[in-house]
Amino acid sequence: MSIRASATAESLGATALEPEVAAAVGPSLALRRLLHHRSAAAGLGVLGVYILAGLLGPLLFPFNPAQNHLVDVFLPPGRPGHLLGTDNYGRDELLLILNGMRYTLSLGLLAVAIGLVVGVPLGAISGYFGGWVDIVIQRFTDVLLAFPSIVLALALVAGLGPGLRNVVIAVGVSSVPAFIRLVRADTLRLRELAFVEAARALGAPPARILLRHVIANALAPVIVQATLQMGFAILVAAGLGFFGLGVQPPTPEWGELLGEARNYIFSDPKLATFPGLAIFGAVLAFNLVGDGLRDVLDPRLR
Amino acid sequence: MLTYVLRRFLVAIPTLWGVATVVFIMARLLPGDPARVIAGVLATQGDVDRIRRQMGLDQPLPVQYLDFLGSLLRLDLGRSAHTNAPVLEEIGSRLPYTIELAFVALVVAVAIGILAGVTAAVRRNSKTDLIISSLSVFGISMPVYWLGLMLIIVFAVGLHALPAAGADQPTSIILPALTLALFSVGLIARMTRSSMLEVLGQDYIRTARAMGLGSGSVIFRHALRNALLPIITVIGLQVGSLLGGAVLTETIFAWPGVGRLLIDSIFFRDYPVVQGLVLMFGATFILVNLLVDLLYAYVDPRIRYS
Repeated sequence: MSIRASATAESLGATALEPEVAAAVGPSLALRRLLHHRSAAAGLGVLGVYILAGLLGPLLFPFNPAQNHLVDVFLPPGRPGHLLGTDNYGRDELLLILNGMRYTLSLGLLAVAIGLVVGVPLGAISGYFGGWVDIVIQRFTDVLLAFPSIVLALALVAGLGPGLRNVVIAVGVSSVPAFIRLVRADTLRLRELAFVEAARALGAPPARILLRHVIANALAPVIVQATLQMGFAILVAAGLGFFGLGVQPPTPEWGELLGEARNYIFSDPKLATFPGLAIFGAVLAFNLVGDGLRDVLDPRLR
Repeated sequence: MLTYVLRRFLVAIPTLWGVATVVFIMARLLPGDPARVIAGVLATQGDVDRIRRQMGLDQPLPVQYLDFLGSLLRLDLGRSAHTNAPVLEEIGSRLPYTIELAFVALVVAVAIGILAGVTAAVRRNSKTDLIISSLSVFGISMPVYWLGLMLIIVFAVGLHALPAAGADQPTSIILPALTLALFSVGLIARMTRSSMLEVLGQDYIRTARAMGLGSGSVIFRHALRNALLPIITVIGLQVGSLLGGAVLTETIFAWPGVGRLLIDSIFFRDYPVVQGLVLMFGATFILVNLLVDLLYAYVDPRIRYS
């Protein structure tokens, strides 16, 4: 009986013609619209180039941290074999940036994953149950939001120590509150709708209602937020690297490269130019795609 | 109004308490022994034990927590492990620089951001709108630390036009303030644009136009005033990102504010100062947003009666 009851509730959820749910669009239509969205297409293009270069680059030009050419230091861009010149250790700048891609992108991806895994359920629980659960979670969110992300991340890394794993934790924690707030607001709206009420009336357990009816219908804004948060996480993670508190040398993470280049801005400005341009490009691409996704997935916000 | 003010104050207090608790947890439960760090590598076990007793670290955690809250209420943040001066004094001597920098940056950001946002909204879908909207996305995507380096390279190293570092000349503030402002300019411009677009579509704007009011009067007296509420909220929230950005900007430009003090203290492992600064950042954000909420309620009567 209970199996049939929740199955009915699900089909109600799938076909319910609540106006706001009906406004959402399917994945293939969303992708088509996204490709026709001018700035989103530009962002996707940049991301495609980044991912391709990040995958192929290390295969074609592997990075060997011990391979310093102390004869060829500070070469200007455009020399044969060194398109972007070389750094203070005589390492090829282009090769460093190609090999740093995966650290910067995976830092962002993992940090946002933490934000999603922790923030989305907490937001849904907070909005759905209300009462003291809501109050506790919301005050906790207020507290986390009170610290500027970079300060919270710096304080955590100062305590935990530098390194890839700790940077992911620090940046991940600082991206949690945004997801809690977002999902809570949507849950407050969704829990009043007929299909959620129907699922509740048919005796579906709260965990199932939250997952299949509430979170499933709040996905569009979460996807938008996650994309925008990727750009922000990359900014913060690279910022930690810039101060030497992130991923440690000789790993060519872009923030770390930029931090080292800072010592040579008077003698060799190009060293600071390229890694920063790479970070800027990645963040810009995620912001453009995020804006596009918002236009496509959430017509209310257009 | 008074009830509303009181209620907002009462909500701010547990948040402040929560901020203090998070800082305490970060300081005590993270790996590493502060006493050993403060004593230094050459210290004997006896020195370490003495420092631990002085700092109260030999007490059970609940006792330490109550001590910590008690000294906070007396505004006692302990002493710097680096200079041995009271933490409050260390922060106090640097704070005016950060306030000056953040204030100049905020004024620049609000002025340019609102003007750009209004222009983009009024000329929706034109070339001007495209340029302003693109520049806004560039602004919020720009790594502050990279922008700072680029400005130094162009204006200090290349053109010798402005000082690259320090705070000893009147022109010293230009580059750091611009660096710090850019992110907020982008955000405020975007928010102003979308808020204005929403208001410009309302019936009363059409009525005002139909009555023959000049477009300047319609835009600024009728539309902008109603679009301002969400913009004020964004500006309040900007205080957080300005303080965070100040940490990056001040370090790049050797600006002697609290942001640079935070980075220096992390490197000196001066935990009392780090702890005091993180507390200060959190408390400032809460208090500024409390003020913004009160301002908001003052501007919009619907809020204080709901």
